Amino acid sequence: MKTEKKIRVLIAKPGLDSHDRGAKVVARALRDAGMEVIYTGLRQTPEQIVETALQEDVDAIGLSILSGAHKTLFPRIMELLKQKGLTDITVFAGGIIPEEDVPELKKLGIKEIFGPGTPTETIVQNVTQSVSKKT
Amino acid sequence: MPKTEEIIKGVLVGDRRSIAKAISTIENNAIEAQKLITAIYPHTGKAHIIGLTGPGGSGKSTLVEKMIREYRRQGKTVGVVAVDPTSPFTGGAFLGDRIRMQELSTDEGVFIRSMATRNYPGAIAKATKDAVKVLDAAGKDIVIVETVGAGQSEVDIIKVAQTIVVIHAPGLGDEIQAIKAGLMEIADIFVVNKADRENADKAVIDIQAILQLNNKEKMWKTPILKTNALTGEGVQQLVETLREHKLFLEKEKEREKNLSRVEAELTEAIKEKVVSAIMDELKKEGEFEELLQKILEKKMDPASAADRLLRKKFVKESE
Amino acid sequence: MFDEKELDKIRRERERWEKTTLPNWLKQSPERKSDFKNHSGIRIKRIYTPEDIKTMDYMRDIGFPGEYPFLRGVHATMYRGRLWTMRLFAGYGTAADTNKRFKYLLKEGETGLSTAFDYPTIMGYDSDHPMAKGEVGVCGVAISSLQDMEVLFNGIPLDKVTTSMTINGPAAMLLAMYVAVGDKQGVLREKLGGTTQNDNLKEFFAQKLCIFPPKPSVKLTTDIIEYCAKHLPKWNPVSISGYHIREAGATALQELAFTLYDGIAYVESTMERGLKVDNFAHRLSFFFASHNDFFEEIAKFRAARRLWARIMKERFHAKNPRSMWMRMHVQTSGCTLTAQQPLNNVIRTTMQALAAVLGGTQSLHTNSFDEALCLPTDEAVRVALRTQQVIAYESGAANTVDPLAGSYYVEALTNEMEEKAMEYIRKIDDMGGVIAAIEKGFFQKEIADSAYRYQREIDEKERIIVGLNEYSIEGEECPIELLRIEPKVEEAQVARLQKLKRERDNRKAKQILEKLHDAAEKDENLMPTIIEAVKAYVTLGEITDVLRQAYGEYKELIVI
Repeated sequence: MKTEKKIRVLIAKPGLDSHDRGAKVVARALRDAGMEVIYTGLRQTPEQIVETALQEDVDAIGLSILSGAHKTLFPRIMELLKQKGLTDITVFAGGIIPEEDVPELKKLGIKEIFGPGTPTETIVQNVTQSVSKKT
Repeated sequence: MPKTEEIIKGVLVGDRRSIAKAISTIENNAIEAQKLITAIYPHTGKAHIIGLTGPGGSGKSTLVEKMIREYRRQGKTVGVVAVDPTSPFTGGAFLGDRIRMQELSTDEGVFIRSMATRNYPGAIAKATKDAVKVLDAAGKDIVIVETVGAGQSEVDIIKVAQTIVVIHAPGLGDEIQAIKAGLMEIADIFVVNKADRENADKAVIDIQAILQLNNKEKMWKTPILKTNALTGEGVQQLVETLREHKLFLEKEKEREKNLSRVEAELTEAIKEKVVSAIMDELKKEGEFEELLQKILEKKMDPASAADRLLRKKFVKESE
Repeated sequence: MFDEKELDKIRRERERWEKTTLPNWLKQSPERKSDFKNHSGIRIKRIYTPEDIKTMDYMRDIGFPGEYPFLRGVHATMYRGRLWTMRLFAGYGTAADTNKRFKYLLKEGETGLSTAFDYPTIMGYDSDHPMAKGEVGVCGVAISSLQDMEVLFNGIPLDKVTTSMTINGPAAMLLAMYVAVGDKQGVLREKLGGTTQNDNLKEFFAQKLCIFPPKPSVKLTTDIIEYCAKHLPKWNPVSISGYHIREAGATALQELAFTLYDGIAYVESTMERGLKVDNFAHRLSFFFASHNDFFEEIAKFRAARRLWARIMKERFHAKNPRSMWMRMHVQTSGCTLTAQQPLNNVIRTTMQALAAVLGGTQSLHTNSFDEALCLPTDEAVRVALRTQQVIAYESGAANTVDPLAGSYYVEALTNEMEEKAMEYIRKIDDMGGVIAAIEKGFFQKEIADSAYRYQREIDEKERIIVGLNEYSIEGEECPIELLRIEPKVEEAQVARLQKLKRERDNRKAKQILEKLHDAAEKDENLMPTIIEAVKAYVTLGEITDVLRQAYGEYKELIVI
């Protein structure tokens, strides 16, 4: 029986930020590009996000945050991913993340930050390429 | 991706990462999946496998969450497989069922996995069945399969379960008659959720009328339960009824049903392998491509083309 | 409004023009699009003439300002008598930080206060709650108790300013604290003026700051409406909001329809308690966005006013004209501003602000140009305020009432928006009302679809955003200074809070929380008990927890 491997992506909203327009548009774009998208809604803790990524065996995690709390939440998430041995998951982020914070976040292991105005096609291609490189 | 042997070892001790990788293997790699299932099959059979289906808006996910909490309160471990449809146009899927259960995702005794139907006919039922086997072998006391009750494949998926629960909620715009005919017959427990709504009692009466016809022949009379998934009312009774059904299944009479279920599984497995093997052979035939063209140009019909290929390779011409 | 014969002549002349004058021009410069539609899906014609508004009756459909149907404005003299309130949304860091920003803005000429709370406060968590980690004071001011509120309004006389508070789930608690501060200042409660947003319905499909499920949320909103009707006559208990609906991706038409429907729901819920519509409706206020499509926005504001007046008169049989007034606050759109070439945002905000003024708003917030990057710096927020002041004093737009009345285009568009909004309203009625529609995911689907369509239009360059998908700068670097919130804000807040909890009368606090629990179980109006509680320095989180226990927490229905 033939089965095709699909790219599985978790789109997550860490912390209390409630702006989900972008996350939902990206989720839909990824789905329309043939990926399986798990979206767990608002107000997720780092623990919930990482545990979900583990159980769902995702290829990528997209973190969306507009509240400025990324400086606290992203390091925690990357730390937990390391602890659970999930470092092969591609992590990308979007929302309101000042340019000057990007280098630090990339050092933590976040592959790409897609700022406001990034075309959805760019995100789709980026995720597809990052994930395919690994297999 | 870790080696299949490692994954098997991990599953049998209940390691969460291994369970996750095992289910991915089932979805993506038929050969490794077979190895995996062969290894873990002897360790299955302990879990109570519950299928839950119902239309969107029936409060199904909220009810599952409350059920899980009740099971956890009783000290039981739970695995959940939530199935959602793959878009026939894009091949992608939006898997949003676990949102209602997200608080439970960090509970060590709960494992939730979302699966997409991937639109390959028959595949999802098998994949779900196998994912359930993994959770069973990993030691989960309860395994819940949750799907939206629309479409034939959903009816197939839900047959994976030992106990099938069908949920309905009043005022959804779906009349009772619209509940998939297949579901009415196979429901072991019927739940009317949002029992605080006006037409809840009427829904119970309507369903009763239909079930009474079905129940005549059966040993297990399908009960109708009322729940309010938001407040948790009725959930304890549901879980108790599920337990009763499991006991019922374990008794003598039902071994026949188990046997026929297992026979269906074996037949399915044989069919799958037979078709796969034969297709591979036939496609190697030079004529295959040629015949496809002829069918396209309406110079030949598919059945005749099949006859021709099979006659060449294996079987006598059909009468 | 027009003579039959005159109209006929115009029609014939237009047809002549289309046959003779137009074709040459079309050949010389073909139109940029084959079909000009606005985002709401309304077709924009090449030219509008009296034919497009021929069925209008001046007195029935347009009228005079200050009179039904209030199309031209709720006040007879509008800005000739009194300019709109220049009310800038502000808040960050500790109460002391925001108190400073408040005073800065008042000094620079703003005429009303507007408070932005941080996420923990908005969700009913104290600054020391685990969910608050990393979020304290980061995109609004942290208020965990009356103590913080006292610092926030230190040196600001509450009988001299009006204050708007953007707070929904915990609105009762923040209003209670405001009342307590007023009491301490010796200001009579009848004199306290301001607004609590308190619009819990839109949270379920737009702003998403829901704490409790729909029914108890509506109950809490109604508690405040009822309490204000009886005890705080100058307070606007609710700001029925379209802003967030629009920012979540809705079209202007959806914003208009869904907001008004929420209004309908609150009028119904309050009347169900036995209050007469003319006892409370005059204090219902509204809040809209102002986006880039200049004329669509103006039409929307005008249509909103007339439609609401008609709904209040015909659906709810209001008798007092004040019950039919739609008083609105407008905020220029955040989501239309870009991180790229941020100075372009000053132009966008200006156009959007002008549309709000020409649309007759009572109160206006203008966004700062660094909106897509961080919270506003002093300089950025000053420019935002100056934008309003330049419009008010230099453009002449405020010197006559409803200047665009009679414009064939604007009146036609206003009419069409009102009609189409009514279609939505009837549809939601048929679904069984707003809560039923929320449960069916109706609003969520409409908004998600519009949001997705908008993004596709940008991706495909059908919709040009200057500096973003056109006229962008390769390798652009961030040219401006950003406002950052220090982590010590959180540390300081947590320390203060813990000190407060040690030093207050904890026995009293406990007693009041039990009283509140009983009141919630008994379904009483909770305002009086909440005021008592905040005065005993019970914290925001403690009160919200009692309510969470009583009402449960809401789990979102996701529609992408």
